[in-house]
Amino acid sequence: MAGSFFRTKSLWVIIGLVILFLFPVFLDRFYIYLAAIILLTGLCATSLNFVLGYGGAFQFHHAVFYGVGAYSAALMVLKSGLSPWLGFVVGPSVAAILGFIIGLICVRLSKLYFGMLQISLGSLVWAIVYRWYSFTGGDDGIHGIPLPDIISSPNGAYYFTLIVTSVSMFILYRMIKSPFGSALQGIRDNPVRSEMIGVNVRQQQLLALTIAGFFGGVAGSLFVVVDNTVFPDMMFWTVSLELVIMCLLGGWLSFLGPIVGAAIIVILRTYVSGVTVYWALVLGIIMMLVIFFLPNGVLGYLDRFMKKKVRAR
Amino acid sequence: MLEVTSLSKSFDGFKAVNNAGLSVKDGEIVAVIGPNGAGKTTFFNLITGVIRPDSGKVLFKGEDITGLKPYQVCRRGISRSFQVVNVFPRLSVFENVQVSVLSRQKKTWNLFTPSSRLSVDDTEKILENVGLTDIRDATSTALSHGERKVLEIAIALGGNPEFLILDEPTAGMSPEETSRCIDLIKQLKEKLGITILFCEHDMEIVFSISDRIMVMVRGSTIIEGTCNEVRCCQEVQDAYLGGIDVCLM
Ligand SMILES: Nc1ncnc2c1ncn2[C@@H]1O[C@H](COP(=O)(O)OP(=O)(O)O)[C@@H](O)[C@H]1O
Ligand SMILES: [Mg+2]
Repeated sequence: MAGSFFRTKSLWVIIGLVILFLFPVFLDRFYIYLAAIILLTGLCATSLNFVLGYGGAFQFHHAVFYGVGAYSAALMVLKSGLSPWLGFVVGPSVAAILGFIIGLICVRLSKLYFGMLQISLGSLVWAIVYRWYSFTGGDDGIHGIPLPDIISSPNGAYYFTLIVTSVSMFILYRMIKSPFGSALQGIRDNPVRSEMIGVNVRQQQLLALTIAGFFGGVAGSLFVVVDNTVFPDMMFWTVSLELVIMCLLGGWLSFLGPIVGAAIIVILRTYVSGVTVYWALVLGIIMMLVIFFLPNGVLGYLDRFMKKKVRAR
Repeated sequence: MLEVTSLSKSFDGFKAVNNAGLSVKDGEIVAVIGPNGAGKTTFFNLITGVIRPDSGKVLFKGEDITGLKPYQVCRRGISRSFQVVNVFPRLSVFENVQVSVLSRQKKTWNLFTPSSRLSVDDTEKILENVGLTDIRDATSTALSHGERKVLEIAIALGGNPEFLILDEPTAGMSPEETSRCIDLIKQLKEKLGITILFCEHDMEIVFSISDRIMVMVRGSTIIEGTCNEVRCCQEVQDAYLGGIDVCLM
């Protein structure tokens, strides 16, 4: 029984991937760009959910790793004179190191204090990037980052994003299903008991935060590929808030929840900000509706709905 | 096996545990009894590292484990269950026990092998021993109180302990559940050779399964001895401390 379930699940994943691979065939350029942004934003939200939904850590300023990953990749490509591909190694690595450092400082604190300190440290990083004009370009950001030919066309960028996102999501999924992931979920549910069964809670969380930073950095590096720019507002705290909303909206207890949330938010943002300037207001309303009506997110709701139907049969 | 000497802990000047001592030999079942608020739970918290003692010493198999972190205590072979159910609410019964087994087997740094293939036999054996096999896939929040108390013990057993501390294991259980739980505790000693320290309000249970008993009142050890010694001493205690008989009834 478990076997056939597994097979149907992989079947859906394969169908989904095939459809995504065919996108460039029947969608025009703008939608390809949008799809790529959804994919990389979804990866970023999933990496946040790795520590938020599965690890129970109040990582309220995750966009910092996204931004730092993007900046590190971009600056590496621009200033090092080495192969641009190296940027895609350096971006995530720097984000991971930052994840480790911020984690090391925050992990001693519990819940809300963790979140507050995380926001402060993240904002500090944002301020540095914003102010350090000579190196980061300040609030202008960096534009026209030269990329290898194969990924510089819209389709090339899309396929690169699709492949890297898929591989990253697969790795994150494996980690969640591994003993490390089991222990992480145990810590989320009950840190005191986790200690009592022999889990070194802080070390375990620290590794999780480093991994989350790494994949946040992967998403940031992908943004460099897709958009060819970096700017400080990528790591402004409101972006982090959006990421948290994506997790809650899509369903923070389901693996694909954050990517669903990312799709909804990115699409809404694209169309709503064309019509109204009150994007923050729309976001706030979404947040309220989710908290009141979909406490387990869209996927959590669908999951319950399906189970009810199965039981009714 | 376990040697506790003059352990003390105060909270804001209130001496919750005051000069408590205890020794448990290999293979024994030892009970700690005393009225509510006597400091039994705090005593267990001090031994297992949940709380650091102000003073005193805890020796386990000759090693000083005073003030170690809970995970370090656990890795030395001491597991415990909690008085207030303290499980992993979003995990299934199976996963609750499995995560404990994985941790004991030092597999929690494994990032890529699916958990579904690891430590499954060991986990299933524990579930069978405690009689939770039938509801292994239920979420722990869906269990009855009695089942959750058993799960408490099962999680502790996941650590494959030499020494098991049970904080009021049968509290709130129905009579049938209680008797099954008592059988389980006896089995743990006889079949698995686990040394057990527990506290319990039901005196009948205490006298029926304990090798020795420690009486605790207002944080202090009043007497430590065999069941008979404790029973005989009751009048002596009454004389010294009015009202202690309440706890022994
Ligand atoms: N963390 C704590 N902070 C303050 N007081 C505590 C704490 N833990 C226990 N106490 C107090 O210590 C006393 C002993 O409690 P406890 O160990 O739970 O007793 P028992 O388990 O024997 O019923 C109680 O009066 C309780 O209020
Ligand atoms: Mg108690």
